[in-house]
Amino acid sequence: MLITQLKKKEEILPFLKAKTLLVACFGCKEVFFPEKEYQNIKEEFKKLYPDLSGEIVLDYLCNEDYTAKRLELYRQEIEKAETMVVFACGVGVQTLAGLLASKTVLAGCDTFYLPGFSGFTPSSYDCEQCGECRLSSTAGICPVTACSKGLLNGPCGGAKNGKCEVSKIKECGWENIMNKITTTGKVAEKLKESVSIRDYKKSQ
Amino acid sequence: MKFTELTKNGKFIITSELGPPKGFHIEKALHEAEVVWPYVNAINVTDNQSSVMRLGGLAMCKALLEKNIEPVFQVTCRDRNRLALQSDILSAALFGIDNLLLLTGDHTTLGDHKDAKPVFDLDSVSLTHMVKQLEAGKDLAGNILDGEPPKFCKGAVVSPCAEPLDPQLFKMEKKIKAGIEFFQTQAVYEVDKFDKFMKRVKEFGVPVYVGIVILKGPGMAKFMNENVAGINVPQELIEELKKDKEKTKSGQTGIEIAARLIKDLKPLCQGVHLMPLGWDDKVPQILKLSGITVDK
Ligand code: SF4
Ligand code: SF4
Repeated sequence: MLITQLKKKEEILPFLKAKTLLVACFGCKEVFFPEKEYQNIKEEFKKLYPDLSGEIVLDYLCNEDYTAKRLELYRQEIEKAETMVVFACGVGVQTLAGLLASKTVLAGCDTFYLPGFSGFTPSSYDCEQCGECRLSSTAGICPVTACSKGLLNGPCGGAKNGKCEVSKIKECGWENIMNKITTTGKVAEKLKESVSIRDYKKSQ
Repeated sequence: MKFTELTKNGKFIITSELGPPKGFHIEKALHEAEVVWPYVNAINVTDNQSSVMRLGGLAMCKALLEKNIEPVFQVTCRDRNRLALQSDILSAALFGIDNLLLLTGDHTTLGDHKDAKPVFDLDSVSLTHMVKQLEAGKDLAGNILDGEPPKFCKGAVVSPCAEPLDPQLFKMEKKIKAGIEFFQTQAVYEVDKFDKFMKRVKEFGVPVYVGIVILKGPGMAKFMNENVAGINVPQELIEELKKDKEKTKSGQTGIEIAARLIKDLKPLCQGVHLMPLGWDDKVPQILKLSGITVDK
């Protein structure tokens, strides 16, 4: 799951000129796109540059074959344009840059990682796709992402009043785990016996 | 000399703590260590304490050894991955360091390089396991070490007055199972709570050296109560610090409180670990006042 955020206006403006084409990708479940903000900034740009080349709205920009075919429909506009500012996730921008090697392709957005599994709606649960899921032994709370240090063998001792040492508003993931499994139960016994070490090969 | 051997011989262990300087001129730090050394069994050398960048602990330990001062090499997992940690542990063996204190370490965002990458490839438990593995003649990947394997006395930390206490006990037991042989504790100001803690951990059969942090004033006490995990300075002590401002400022009140705590806590545990946080010169006075003498 990804989230894209518009870059600051000041960052985009220097690139805008008459022969600039805006490309926006509005369509996939993996990416949360700031559609409204995009519409607003577009109107602003149009006012500033009444002769902008135009705009193409696509979906699934990251799908290379699909996008290649769709671009055929806009061949004229694309031919006229020198630069293209793409409002999509990093993958979408790279796909377009690959397909249009002769154009200057610029990113209109910053891409962030967003909690939730690919293909699902945004969620407050986070998975780092560590490749060795530990949820069965940690009461369904992910130690890799719910603990600020990604600790696998229990709390670090830095929590105060249930909050993590890094911030007074972030809950200590391990205290939540410990509360849920109760420190005396069978699960805790098993957790106590084992020494977990992460295999980073599996998440590379 | 390894703490385990000292404890086996029935000795009450006294340790203090030294933070390496931010720079490479160690004269002042060495002087502080020399002032404290006649009164203690060993001096812990901190590892970029509170995530504040300083001279390396290993080098400081070596400098202490050259002065015939026994160091405890503190190792955290914040700044090094498993390769670097193993290299440093082997280097410690080369220098003849006997005692290690194995920690997870504070998060980078707490220190003076908040934008640094927090490593935490391992944690206190897996770090202990790693040292055990080296002692068994193998590295963490299972490769055989050349020659005779190193041998250390491995310590860790615990917070006896933390609330809730159960996660602490869980982790303590896990550390022991992984190979920990002694514990130095977070600062203790509540004798009752420490007593209860010691009763619960008695069955573990591992020596506990109680942590003492000198109170420099009521502000410090309040700050710790609000921000430092596992520390609660009771209101009576804060009042005592407030009573005579001059006496507190000169450090006398802090000295008296620390000495009293040591006296009260000594019968409950196997050692005391002083964390003077810059007030190293007060350590001899505290120990004299508390009536304990070092047995080396
Ligand atoms: S343990 Fe690993 S796989 Fe499981 S939820 Fe956490 S990061 Fe994802
Ligand atoms: S306080 Fe809790 S969540 Fe924060 S680093 Fe420590 S164990 Fe992890």
